[in-house]
Amino acid sequence: MALLTVKDLSVGFSSHVIVKGLNFSVNAGDYLCVVGENGSGKTTLMKTLLKLQEPISGQIIKGDSLKDNEIGYLPQQTVVQKDFPASVSEIVLSGCQGASRFRPFYNREEKKLARDNMERMGILSLSGRCYRELSGGQQQRVLLARALCATKKILLLDEPVSGLDPLVTSRMYSLISDLNKEGISIIMISHDITAAVKYASHILHIGDRVFFGTKDEYLESSAGKFFLLQQRKAVYPGDIHFAPGSKAEERGI
Amino acid sequence: MMEKLALYLQYPFVRYALIVGVLIALCSSLLGVTLVLKRFSFIGDGLSHVAFGAIAVASVLKLSNNMLLVLPVTVICAVLLLRTGQNAEIKGDAVIAMISVGAMAFGYLIMNVFSTSSNLSGDVCSTLFGSTSILTLSQNEVILCLILSVAVIALFIIFYNKIFAVTFDENFAKASGTAADRINLLIAVITAVIIVLAMNLVGSLLISALIIFPSLTAMRLCRSFRAVTCVSALFSVGCAFFGMLISILAGTPVGSTIVALEAVVFLAVYLFGRIRMHS
Repeated sequence: MALLTVKDLSVGFSSHVIVKGLNFSVNAGDYLCVVGENGSGKTTLMKTLLKLQEPISGQIIKGDSLKDNEIGYLPQQTVVQKDFPASVSEIVLSGCQGASRFRPFYNREEKKLARDNMERMGILSLSGRCYRELSGGQQQRVLLARALCATKKILLLDEPVSGLDPLVTSRMYSLISDLNKEGISIIMISHDITAAVKYASHILHIGDRVFFGTKDEYLESSAGKFFLLQQRKAVYPGDIHFAPGSKAEERGI
Repeated sequence: MMEKLALYLQYPFVRYALIVGVLIALCSSLLGVTLVLKRFSFIGDGLSHVAFGAIAVASVLKLSNNMLLVLPVTVICAVLLLRTGQNAEIKGDAVIAMISVGAMAFGYLIMNVFSTSSNLSGDVCSTLFGSTSILTLSQNEVILCLILSVAVIALFIIFYNKIFAVTFDENFAKASGTAADRINLLIAVITAVIIVLAMNLVGSLLISALIIFPSLTAMRLCRSFRAVTCVSALFSVGCAFFGMLISILAGTPVGSTIVALEAVVFLAVYLFGRIRMHS
């Protein structure tokens, strides 16, 4: 059975439907990229999957004994966090909160888990540093380590590379890809369609046309071809002649 | 000067005042960091006005212990304000302003119309600025203050990790299985209790200062949440203690002396930080 099955889901705010008729499923080990234009409801869908808001209609079925407190989430950064006086280890450890239930303090295993995940993300040397003094890429890795403390099964990432420079972006992508190879299912929202088709196993495209299928099916579909072309045109107007050292070249497009 | 201090300290009410004052200062600094970072500082301000209204009603009703009325009313308002603040962001501010100013207006109106006191403006002034009430606490009130302070501190320690998780990232906490709404409720209730307690020390107009100054000062100095919490508690206790001593010796009003001291410390730390940054 799939980790997560979505049947005929509509999401939006109160009575205003943003996306409707969503049907897809995520199996253990899948890497699903959610793409679509701004305002197409990607973040709303993710918040609904996380039960941060109610679905308007339809069902979200959790399978494979996936519990509510076994989901890792990497949200977009909030304004509050940018100026937050907290050390890296405090933040990573707070990822264990959901599992600790009514126990007021963290136990030894949870502290070890936090430490292991900091090591995994290469931020162990930063553990005593203040979060607000870190670079954008480091902050994302802190939040990813925190998400990993909350789950061993599935990670939901909301635009994990927004605001990062190209080099850090590609490192972040390969980090996420490594986690996927270790067996963690990924659901990621992305603007970056080229990265999506490079790393993901499945694509969910939402907007005027809804598409769900494997990456290869997406590349063949009309929605996929159209969107890829649109995005290339938007990013590289005119035609495609990359200057040496340009962003496009570094991204390997 | 020491003799004068020793003389004052012989009186039990002065000792009560010092103990209660220090405890209240400790409590009020604990949640300050969370309230500032969650952008809830205005709720504290609103609640203090509600508490003022409730005190007015209690004094008109001639309740022997007005905390019995003020505490539940403020707690209920805290819960209501938090709800509105969460559901509708734009309306939230307006609702808080409305409730707090409304409560204040009705409070003063009731006091004025029904008052039996011969010194009305003195009563109002002491409720607003807490000028003498800390020195006139009865033994029962002192005990109630002690119990509530200890409860607040215990709750804060027990829920420290959850409060941190919800303060730093409410959505993540919710998504990974923490009952964030219940923690928010707890924060609101503790805030209300602190405000009712702190009314005795600094009066309803200056409470926000007691909550916010220590954490703002500590946030300039420390780099982890735990350090910020500890340092702000230290600042708050220190300022309350020395503020009360100064006010006893110099005969200045207690509340404003403490808050003025906190403001001076904040300014000093701020300037120190600026100088250190430039050098």
